[in-house]
Amino acid sequence: MSSLELFQWFYATPIAETIRNSTWLFPVIEAFHLLGLGLTVGSVLLVELRLLGVGLSRQPVAQLAASAEPLLIGGLTLSFLTGIPLFLSESIKAYYSFAFWIKMISLFLALLFTFTIRRRLTRTDLTAERPRLGRAMAIVSLSLWFGVAWGGRWIGFS
Amino acid sequence: MSLLAFFGWLGDTPWSVDLHESQYAYAIIESIHVWTMAVFFGLVVMFDLRLLGVIMRKVPVSEVLERLLPWTIAGFVLMVITGLLLFYAIPVRSFQNLFFRGKMILMVLAGLNVWLFHSRVYLRVVARDGDGVPPRAARIAGACSLVLWIGIVMSGRMIAYNWFDCDRQPQTAMINFLTSCFPEAGP
Repeated sequence: MSSLELFQWFYATPIAETIRNSTWLFPVIEAFHLLGLGLTVGSVLLVELRLLGVGLSRQPVAQLAASAEPLLIGGLTLSFLTGIPLFLSESIKAYYSFAFWIKMISLFLALLFTFTIRRRLTRTDLTAERPRLGRAMAIVSLSLWFGVAWGGRWIGFS
Repeated sequence: MSLLAFFGWLGDTPWSVDLHESQYAYAIIESIHVWTMAVFFGLVVMFDLRLLGVIMRKVPVSEVLERLLPWTIAGFVLMVITGLLLFYAIPVRSFQNLFFRGKMILMVLAGLNVWLFHSRVYLRVVARDGDGVPPRAARIAGACSLVLWIGIVMSGRMIAYNWFDCDRQPQTAMINFLTSCFPEAGP
């Protein structure tokens, strides 16, 4: 099965067809997808601002990261639960969309970075001794998430 | 001059037409609107959850507010500027859009909530700054803010859809009333 055939199969799933046949399902799911985006960005920023030495800079990184993690997981869960049906309903358009692939690659890298390197480093207070490392990490993380947000917004324009 | 006539005039100004017909400018402005919304809304949610005593209970409320507020305001300012430009590009259609009107009402309520919080509640919160769970009034303000901003984001997204628009008749009399639409007189 080629990847195009796989995307055609996604397109033909009952859930995709239900969304396409409805006037309001796509917009409503998308509105919840936006809330997921907001929650994800908020919980990422809480820690990233701290790593950049601004925001809640008097708090230990590990403590902030621990506060933010359930919200990050919540934001990502909401984004996935709404993003997957949105994708299914227009998977063929997505296949041919440059923005979609940018979003998926950025998302993959962002998740990989967040749940390996970033998670490990924010659990210690290592970045307090090495603020440059923290800043670099925040810039990498914000850039990857911006790639996701850019691709996500641009899918709609392509 | 009625508001509708004024927005009709505004929509005929050259810059409005340019923006409306532009290939990239409108899309870029809309993207900035969404991204800054994510920053603003995300940080507001963090602060509201602190007010509700859900997260960062060990961090004083005043510290969360003071340290996050500049970033929240920066997001807000960009969001308002881009939002005004988006309105300027299609004034009449926005003005008569049901979701746009709902969003504006919710924004007034959200503004009222901010004003009440800062003028009546905030000093009481600061007096008990170290409390993990702030006083009841603060929790109510936090919950109202959460609900209102969720409504604003969702209705904002819906402005893109023309289900209830004036140029799509027939609509029920109620919808036409709510959107100031007089189909027999033309939009």
